[in-house]
Amino acid sequence: MIETTVEDDASAAVAEADAPLLMVRGVDKHFGAVQALTKVDLDLPAGHVTCLCGDNGAGKSVLTKTIAGIYQPDHGQILWEGRPVHIRNARDAARLGIETVYQDLALADNLDIVQNMFLGRERMRQGPFLDEDNMERAAKETLASLRVTTVRSIRQPAASLSGGQRQSVAVAKAVMWNSKLVMLDEPTAALGVVQTKMVLDLVRRLRDRGLAVMIISHNLNDVFEVADRIAVLYLGRMVAQKPASEFDRQSVVEYMTFGGPERGAARVREAAHGTR
Amino acid sequence: MARVDVSPPAEEVVEDPTAATQAAMIEVPPAIVAQSLGDYLRAWTTRIRGGDSGILPVLLGLLIIAVVFEVISPGHVFLHADNLVNLFQQSAVFMVLGMAEVFVLLIGEIDLALGYEAAVGGVIAVQFVQPVTRAWPWWAAIIVALLSVAIIGAFWGVLVAYLRLPSFIVTLGGFLILNGMMLILLLLGPFSGYPSLLGEDSNVKTLYDLMWGNIDATASWIAMAVIVAALGGLVWFRDSSRRRSGLVAPPPSLTLIKVGMTAVIGVIVVAICDTNRGVGFVEIKGVPYVIPIVLGVCAAWTVLLEQTRFGRYMYALGGNAEAARRAGINLAQIRIWAFALCAFTGGIGGMLYASYLGGMSNNVNGGQLVLYAVAAAVIGGTSLFGGRGRVMHGVLGGLVIGGIYNGMYLQGLSVQWTFIVTGFVLLVAVTIDAVSRRGGLARA
Repeated sequence: MIETTVEDDASAAVAEADAPLLMVRGVDKHFGAVQALTKVDLDLPAGHVTCLCGDNGAGKSVLTKTIAGIYQPDHGQILWEGRPVHIRNARDAARLGIETVYQDLALADNLDIVQNMFLGRERMRQGPFLDEDNMERAAKETLASLRVTTVRSIRQPAASLSGGQRQSVAVAKAVMWNSKLVMLDEPTAALGVVQTKMVLDLVRRLRDRGLAVMIISHNLNDVFEVADRIAVLYLGRMVAQKPASEFDRQSVVEYMTFGGPERGAARVREAAHGTR
Repeated sequence: MARVDVSPPAEEVVEDPTAATQAAMIEVPPAIVAQSLGDYLRAWTTRIRGGDSGILPVLLGLLIIAVVFEVISPGHVFLHADNLVNLFQQSAVFMVLGMAEVFVLLIGEIDLALGYEAAVGGVIAVQFVQPVTRAWPWWAAIIVALLSVAIIGAFWGVLVAYLRLPSFIVTLGGFLILNGMMLILLLLGPFSGYPSLLGEDSNVKTLYDLMWGNIDATASWIAMAVIVAALGGLVWFRDSSRRRSGLVAPPPSLTLIKVGMTAVIGVIVVAICDTNRGVGFVEIKGVPYVIPIVLGVCAAWTVLLEQTRFGRYMYALGGNAEAARRAGINLAQIRIWAFALCAFTGGIGGMLYASYLGGMSNNVNGGQLVLYAVAAAVIGGTSLFGGRGRVMHGVLGGLVIGGIYNGMYLQGLSVQWTFIVTGFVLLVAVTIDAVSRRGGLARA
């Protein structure tokens, strides 16, 4: 299903890389007078880590939430496995296999790891009772397969986990449901060096399993550490989207700050329009 | 601390700095990490030192109450069998109302109308069984009373869930409304505001026996043995099957100790109840019905909160409402059910209260009852901040309040001193809650 319209550098590179699992095409979104997204295209291929970069207010969160079904696009469409889809809410997204790990992680501190991982999708025994044994076994397998091994016990409350462990559990929770696309919002913010490494390793493991991973990040160290592809948003427009190898730190910063590789307002506008 | 995890690769061993490991060691419930009994005890003491003490403070409180009042009570009668049964009967209302309040405290709300929900439930039941007016069978009267108060509770729940009004104010309004309703209901019928449960009518007598009736001695022993055996077998079977499949489970010795303790407590309770506590020629013995009623409510609600999806969602809502919402949980529905169940359980408490008093009258103090209910839940270990609490906390806290009440009465001290002492006990309990919560946050 390589029906991607090969018009510019960005999508050409993508078509070359892989047939994307999810394609965003020409999505507009405005809130009142504020135009948050303008004709945004984005490809998220399976088996790749795509980093979404951009300054504050560039529209990263809006784009993520549009894919996650929290916002509806005003124009444009989203294609999932080549077919146009309408993702009306988080449930729709989950049904397709899209899971989002938000920055605040959404773990309940008073519940243990197993309870958190199955929250809202508990497995039941016959009758109205929870099947704790089944859930504990499945959670254990998932954590082991992702090599999340630093947690002392799977029955410890989330309150007792370190930042990296919390992030790992949140990610494990997201991949448990045969999800195909996992979007991580600033997964390494507020983590120390060691914990960051742990989370990035986990991201690589997801990619190696063939999942599409999208990471929103400000941290260029992390971006270059883990990204296969980089997409940069600038004032609601997608100004660059290519394999990570075609970027360097300097160029990403320039795209993020000025919307283009060279300084100058005229170039900026041109670049922004040029990429559709 | 023994649990060895699936061989961590060398790089990841370094990842968990000692500080984090230490923090984890402190918070982990002891049953989780322990393999042997010694490990279990060590883990437990670490956790207590870390500030998460569970039901230990309230058990300690009960012990202190027992020892102090036994020593100072005239003739050392506090621990006499007849006084202990008496104490349980006095505490029963506090216990049931405490359990009721756990439902709303768990989701970070409060029900101030609980005292009058109980009273209204009690009055409805008492009015419906009156032989000269309605003469309904006792069970129908109880069902109508409990459903009525559950619907009233659900109404507060709707206001809290959909309009997001603060439950404190909603139920404060409810407190006044129900106080008025109780007075209206009391004046119905030819009872001058005092519908009574005394008399020989069998329906009336059944309600009266909720508190004052006794189970025949032989039947008590048999029932106790059956319950202990069933419970023990269940726990043993569950724990050993979890151990076999490599899931987190306490060591066998601990399971045995738990089962043994249940048996010992069962025997002691029935033995205490089996001594004659009548005066003169009247022999009164046997387990009062109120004991199985309180334990039954406790067991049913514990299963509901800890074994079902609904219970899990209650804890999730209290711990992190946003996480619960994102997990697709219908928060409004959970909130409404929490208030309905709180009121329903309150209604059971009201029934016992009516039975205790032998009828209902307008000097029911719903304000004091609700304060004792909240106090019972909090003294037992339920957090006022939501997310932390168990049904059993209501029972233990209620027992503490009943113990103070009873001990002060034996002492001949008037009610003002009971208020003052109970107040201080409540302050201690809230302090423990707040300190352990802050400790938990500091480590998180």
